[in-house]
Amino acid sequence: MKTGGSSASPAEPPRIDLKPGESIPELKVTPDRYLPHRYAGASGDFNPIHIDKEFATAVGLPSNILHGLWMMAQVARANAQLADGDPRALKRLSIQFRGMGFPEQELVVSGTIKRVDGDRVVVDTVAAQGDNQVIRNAEAELELP
Amino acid sequence: MPVKTDAIGKQWPASTYEVGLEKIREYANAIGASNPVHHDRETAKSAGFRDVVAPPMFCVVYSSPAVGPAVLDPEVGINLATMLHGSQEFVWGEPVCVNDQITTTATCKEIYEKDGMGFYVFGSVSTNQDGAEVVRGTWTNIVRGVS
Repeated sequence: MKTGGSSASPAEPPRIDLKPGESIPELKVTPDRYLPHRYAGASGDFNPIHIDKEFATAVGLPSNILHGLWMMAQVARANAQLADGDPRALKRLSIQFRGMGFPEQELVVSGTIKRVDGDRVVVDTVAAQGDNQVIRNAEAELELP
Repeated sequence: MPVKTDAIGKQWPASTYEVGLEKIREYANAIGASNPVHHDRETAKSAGFRDVVAPPMFCVVYSSPAVGPAVLDPEVGINLATMLHGSQEFVWGEPVCVNDQITTTATCKEIYEKDGMGFYVFGSVSTNQDGAEVVRGTWTNIVRGVS
């Protein structure tokens, strides 16, 4: 494996205090109206419940809904912030989908450090739009450089 | 109608996906992954990667051609109209970079019924051209109203 390079930048952000119970920085993102279309193209998931409001309402949904795996990618991104976005840091992510997410509503990913074992950190994460928790019981395991 | 469990243990044919630069960029843009290692070759190489590297969740892109046919297999018998994505787990290994050839195999790990819902659990294992494991996925789909 050819890795091990340094991604150090001249202005290092302050290290997050990696102690159980500490919060990780929140990630806030508002998917615009056409985000589901771009994610459909990027991922190959063209299920009409995500990209066709008429179809979605015809099958009983309030509107077209966000792709669950896009929301999971936001949980992954929130955790990767602990390693300045280094894609090598995230070793495991396990989540439960618990609600529907909608375009044009802010998604907030928040998390709490659960365990620290050497350079391995386990984080509990939740993703919500207002009171609607769309992802719960998300557990991320990171290996920090 | 109770769930059919005949497909437990079934393995589907492997599927190989060739990773392209613009696909990684397109995916990274769609999820907001702005780290230049997902966009720029020189930055990725100076950070120690072989080439532009995929965000971890890009695994759904190269795994889907193997997992999709398993979920749709009539022998599994999922009613897609009432299916929900219940939970998901990924365990990552070697990073995935441009020009990698990723081969994924899907298997049906469990099918069971609980509280009138059917639970269908699929596993996927993806390896690169050197045989190194890049991701292992557990995909749980829930079907409402099976009994």
